[in-house]
Amino acid sequence: MSAQRRTRPRVGPLASTGVEATGLDVDALLDDPGTGIIVCCGSGGVGKTTTSAALALRAAERGRKVVVLTIDPARRLAQSMGIEELDNTPRPVAKVRKTKGGGLDAMMLDMKRTFDEVVESGASPEKAQQILQNPFYIALSSSFAGTQEYMAMEKLGQIHRQAEKDGSYDLIVVDTPPSRSALDFLDAPERLSSFLDGRFIRLLIAPARGPARLMTAGLNVVTNALSKVLGASFLRDVQTFVAALDTLFGGFRARAEKTFALLQADGTAFLVIAAPEPDALREAAYFVERLSEDRMPLAGLVVNRAGPTPQGALSADEAMAAAQRLRKRDPGSLTAGLLRLHADQSRLVEREALLRRRFAAAHPEVATAVVPALSTDVHDLAGLRRIGELLANG
Amino acid sequence: MLGPHTRLAHVSEPSTRPADRPDWPRVKLHIVTGKGGTGKSTVAAALALALASHGRNVLLCEVEGRQGIARMFDVDPLPYEECRIATGLTHPDGARATPGNVYALHIEPEAALLEYLSMYYRLGRAGRALDRFGVTEFATTIAPGVRDVLLTGKVYEAAGRTGKKGTGRQYDAIVLDAPPTGRISQFLNVNNELAGLAKMGPIKNQADNIMTLFRSPATVVHLVTVLEEMPVQETTDGIAQLHGHGLPVGGVVVNLVRPQDLDRGELTAARKGTIDTDEVTADLRDAGVEADDALVAALLSEGRDHAERRALEDAQRKLVAGLDVPTYELPRLPTGVDLGALYELAAALKTQGMA
Repeated sequence: MSAQRRTRPRVGPLASTGVEATGLDVDALLDDPGTGIIVCCGSGGVGKTTTSAALALRAAERGRKVVVLTIDPARRLAQSMGIEELDNTPRPVAKVRKTKGGGLDAMMLDMKRTFDEVVESGASPEKAQQILQNPFYIALSSSFAGTQEYMAMEKLGQIHRQAEKDGSYDLIVVDTPPSRSALDFLDAPERLSSFLDGRFIRLLIAPARGPARLMTAGLNVVTNALSKVLGASFLRDVQTFVAALDTLFGGFRARAEKTFALLQADGTAFLVIAAPEPDALREAAYFVERLSEDRMPLAGLVVNRAGPTPQGALSADEAMAAAQRLRKRDPGSLTAGLLRLHADQSRLVEREALLRRRFAAAHPEVATAVVPALSTDVHDLAGLRRIGELLANG
Repeated sequence: MLGPHTRLAHVSEPSTRPADRPDWPRVKLHIVTGKGGTGKSTVAAALALALASHGRNVLLCEVEGRQGIARMFDVDPLPYEECRIATGLTHPDGARATPGNVYALHIEPEAALLEYLSMYYRLGRAGRALDRFGVTEFATTIAPGVRDVLLTGKVYEAAGRTGKKGTGRQYDAIVLDAPPTGRISQFLNVNNELAGLAKMGPIKNQADNIMTLFRSPATVVHLVTVLEEMPVQETTDGIAQLHGHGLPVGGVVVNLVRPQDLDRGELTAARKGTIDTDEVTADLRDAGVEADDALVAALLSEGRDHAERRALEDAQRKLVAGLDVPTYELPRLPTGVDLGALYELAAALKTQGMA
């Protein structure tokens, strides 16, 4: 269908059937020297890590100097990239084709290590030790709701600053953590800084700082209630921790704000990753809306694991009817089995296509790439290359 | 669909009758976890329906704030209170027994904290003050561990009801749609999370009580997987972690299983490309289908693709069988999961003895 025909307005029942998303030009995105950061986000189990790694490899082999930050790659994929060690430093990936002058480094994010580094870089050695050993910090740094998200962004900021300084990379690809809700990741910097800035935290430090007039009756009620519920030692630990962290507060907030600004900048491109399932696409839709609300640059949607379109002009219903006729005569008919598989596959693909069309109808501006499901898991560079090709052709 | 041709892999002679003796007779709390994308919420919902057959009342809880239950059961978003959402699965033997009810509860940590405070401490005024000072937000989204104690604490409270006046509705079983496998041990092991934070005091006592329930024979943790490499690996790791923390492992539910229309010999032939093309063409013509070469080639190529995936599934199925826990299989429904489909899946779980 030509572009001209597509823009002709339609009326009547047919008007709603022609909605197809525009294709996402993955190679153009990867080749554009203006693309400095690609953030892959989406709900859990949709193939974010594999997509990030495949994009990074493709960009590298097309001549970009790339680093990919992954969160929790499958063991064999991590091995193939040489990053099964958690040491928080990007390592070169062997066997990347460097004929076009590019290269690929990869690293797996160690969330706790990143948090520790932030503390160490912002406080005196004694103070840093005091913080690192506080039980509240230990728990916070490993399981604070959103820590992983925040630390992924923190690490992104670090690498970006370093790359600007020494030109080590011209493209950073970031995989985001498998959040309960994909939105956690955008909220993380703000949540951490609002936590550190929160009224309650301020109140907790206030007595440590002295001005007794702040110890209002209201606060007494609160601290008494908390001591009653959590035990007095809990509150003491929090107070020590917060007082120790106090010096870092300004730094934390400034970094979180900087990272947020970096995500909004022109050089950043967000890719929303989904599977052709209602939940994953619903989450993707929230994400698309949230990104535009926060004025984050959205490059497009990648739909992974699409079922292969059945060939041949036989509809699902016809195939089922034929299978039933054959089974009546011969219950073990092989042809009937093949027909049923064809019907099953047709229905699955039709449903997936419907879900995608609905997404496109609601978000016509989002360019989309569709990647067919592979029959095997990807755990080597050849597999990543194959995914990269499918992404570029999707 | 669970048609007459659905063959469940580990049941040699599939029966349409429910298993006489379910596998978890003494279990009151069923915790369902699984890797993202494996359908753990669907399985939790189906299990609740299956457990609610013949007169039993079941509570289905969600803790991740996603309102997934409301969507699956096609009801309005759930408030923080127990609502009846469905009638349990009808016993396939007919009207031998009236099905029970499924109730749902969407547990929010903030509401759970305020409820907890007013229930145990009658902290009316202070409770509201806590809210004003941002403490509930602090305690529920920031303070690690406390959030999980509150979420699991509500489940604990519901499980411990004695039927005494004022203690709320008693349930025969509770199904918890829990966080994903990667986080499940941390979520359930509330004691550990609190260690070093709340060394004593009521929250610590509460955590101890919750752990006692979780480690008792009244609780099991079921894991949902699909027959793919990463989810199976994560399930294996998850089981090891649960064992390591002394948490009881239940069954593995293998979800989204491909249709089993071809038998072993046919699969081999499909893979090797030795299926007799002429025979298929003749069959198709017999069945009234206009069979041209393109259609036959397409069917055979789909068959080969299917056979390759089935072989990979079988390899993963062997790994699952090696986990040495009861396994259950649910089919992939090509048209998706609606309320009716939940009942079909519930029936499949009941047939296989999970409920």
